[in-house]
Amino acid sequence: MKNTLKQVFHSSKFLVGFIIFLAILLTMFIYPLVNPGNPLQMIGVGTFAKPGTYVSLYDATKTSTETLRLPDADEKRLAKLLTNEDRVAMVEWFTAMQISVEGLDISDTDAMIDLWKANYDPAVKPKGMTQAKRNYYKRLNNSIAEIGAAETLIITEKNEETGELEEQGKITKTDYVNTNAVANVKRLPLGTDNFGRDVLKELISAAGTSLLIGLLAGAVATLVGLTLGLLSGYVGGFVDDIIMFITNIFTVIPGFVLLILISYSIGQEQRGATVVALVIGLTSWTWTTRSVRSQVISLRNRDHVNLSKLSGHSLFRIILTDILPYIASYVVMAFILQVSSGILAEAQLSLLGLGPRTTEVPTLGLMMNWAMLYSAHTNGSWWAYFPVILTITLISFSLNLMNTGLDQVFNPTLRD
Amino acid sequence: MSETKTRQSKDFTNAPMCLSGRGVTKVFGLGDKKTVAVDHVDFDFHVGEFVSIVGESGSGKTTLSKMLLGLLNATEGEIQFMGKPRDISSGAKKREYWKGIQAIFQDPFSSYNVFHKIDSVLLDCINMRGGKNLPKEKKIEMMTEACSFVNLKFAELTNKYPFELSGGQMQRLMIARIFLLKPKILLADEPTSMVDACSRATILDMLLDLRDETGMTIIFITHDIGLAYYISDTVYIMEHGKFVEFGKADEVIINPKAAYTKRLISDVPKIHEAWDLSTVDLKAE
Repeated sequence: MKNTLKQVFHSSKFLVGFIIFLAILLTMFIYPLVNPGNPLQMIGVGTFAKPGTYVSLYDATKTSTETLRLPDADEKRLAKLLTNEDRVAMVEWFTAMQISVEGLDISDTDAMIDLWKANYDPAVKPKGMTQAKRNYYKRLNNSIAEIGAAETLIITEKNEETGELEEQGKITKTDYVNTNAVANVKRLPLGTDNFGRDVLKELISAAGTSLLIGLLAGAVATLVGLTLGLLSGYVGGFVDDIIMFITNIFTVIPGFVLLILISYSIGQEQRGATVVALVIGLTSWTWTTRSVRSQVISLRNRDHVNLSKLSGHSLFRIILTDILPYIASYVVMAFILQVSSGILAEAQLSLLGLGPRTTEVPTLGLMMNWAMLYSAHTNGSWWAYFPVILTITLISFSLNLMNTGLDQVFNPTLRD
Repeated sequence: MSETKTRQSKDFTNAPMCLSGRGVTKVFGLGDKKTVAVDHVDFDFHVGEFVSIVGESGSGKTTLSKMLLGLLNATEGEIQFMGKPRDISSGAKKREYWKGIQAIFQDPFSSYNVFHKIDSVLLDCINMRGGKNLPKEKKIEMMTEACSFVNLKFAELTNKYPFELSGGQMQRLMIARIFLLKPKILLADEPTSMVDACSRATILDMLLDLRDETGMTIIFITHDIGLAYYISDTVYIMEHGKFVEFGKADEVIINPKAAYTKRLISDVPKIHEAWDLSTVDLKAE
């Protein structure tokens, strides 16, 4: 046993898979301790806030400032203000005005603005340009003009009695606040989803739920498959015929269709994470049954089984002590694969809107479902679905890698 | 040949019957794929007799042995055990039957459950003989006795796994197991074909000792007619699922009647003579 474990951990494939899986598992346990709270709490009012650090503007204005004179501050400000589309539009204007843009670097903000100031004239009407387009250039010109202008912003507050605005403070371009000093700073490494929930927190909670669903589904599938396979293979005869009849029926019906039909007929209200896991488990045991059965058939006529029979051991005891230990490694591998496919099945089901009901827990599949319903994939909100896909892939990959590693240890013909 | 034989086979024709069969048949498969492995064989094994069943590979020896053990059901025929029709219709009756008949298999390496220690193999035997509630010291004493019968030291084997022993030691441990179980019949299915020549002689001697000590019937299955001649009282020659010849070992082997028996005898390699290959039909192979 000790030797086997040593061998298992000597397999580089198993080790890589195990480390990835352990890292995911540790994150799932540690992150909620560091960052507690309900993962389904809607913190954002809008949808799909971009990933980044959010600093409370209100608190920032109330925070004592430091003056920093950074040489490239203006340049950066300009660069941020002029979007890429604006820059392309500016080049279009230059071309329309027949000004040579050769050698002009679109990302060189200073050069762009200099060229713009030198050449823009609101009175000119280039041939073929619509009124709307010309208005757009006017607005663009205004905002470019403003960049250099206002040196100071004044914060005012309305006086309740007089109704006049009273100056509260000024913000100059060289004022900086330390983010550590601001009362409210929220880091959203993966932004928010369509409901304004912290995607990272949701993702970690969802990975946990999905893994539990996978484990439960895998355990159910392996247990059912193993029991039926052992009985069918060892007892043989009539029992074998009946079990194989049922198994064949379940094998020819596409499992996923069955899964969809069962999930649909259960109804949204009854469909918790546990129920979904059970349904997945109960529709995916057939292959385990078949392979366990064939393994048992090859085992049941071995001499040690015959000897055990001759020693007067009961059927139950022979299956438990003379058959099961010999196929244990195989069963462990089958279980790992079942967990992996259970997670995938949940994701598929949820993507179709047949997953666990949405009010209690997030799952990886549900997150993808929400992202899809709110068109995250078409409006460029990659953070709402890509990390989910990556997590599913990583879990599945690590489990399969462990399985392959185990296979190589237990099946010497596959060793490199 | 007879000059080198050290022991004479005894005559058991008048001894009480132990296991006998009439028209025992085993057919595998159906229709075109039908294979008759054992074809209407009759046999009478007597108490205390050392019987050899000799035949080449595929002649049905192992199928017959499985039927005798009750691990396979006969397609046809009747088997009598201790003068009464054998009844193995239920699990409990089978267990009762197996108290009377035990086996040693060909391959010692696959005969043991690799997850069980030697102690548990031997303890199982004591439990089966109804010694479950004996004090621990008594059990150890019995196991030590059984091991010393086969020249093994129990103190060295305890807490070891069977696969840590050599093939010969494993097969001897099997005999120790039989020594503890003391069945009426021992079915030894080519117990020496997987062990080296020295261990083979030791094991055969132990089987003879076991027979002499307990008076059990030993059914020895082998492909080696020389071995059968050396060891047995009665010999059954099996070809294509049928007994072509049987009788006292001396008579059958010194005056073989069936052509098959003659061929088997001529196939035994002799150290000082040229090997006679004239009976081997090379084209048929």
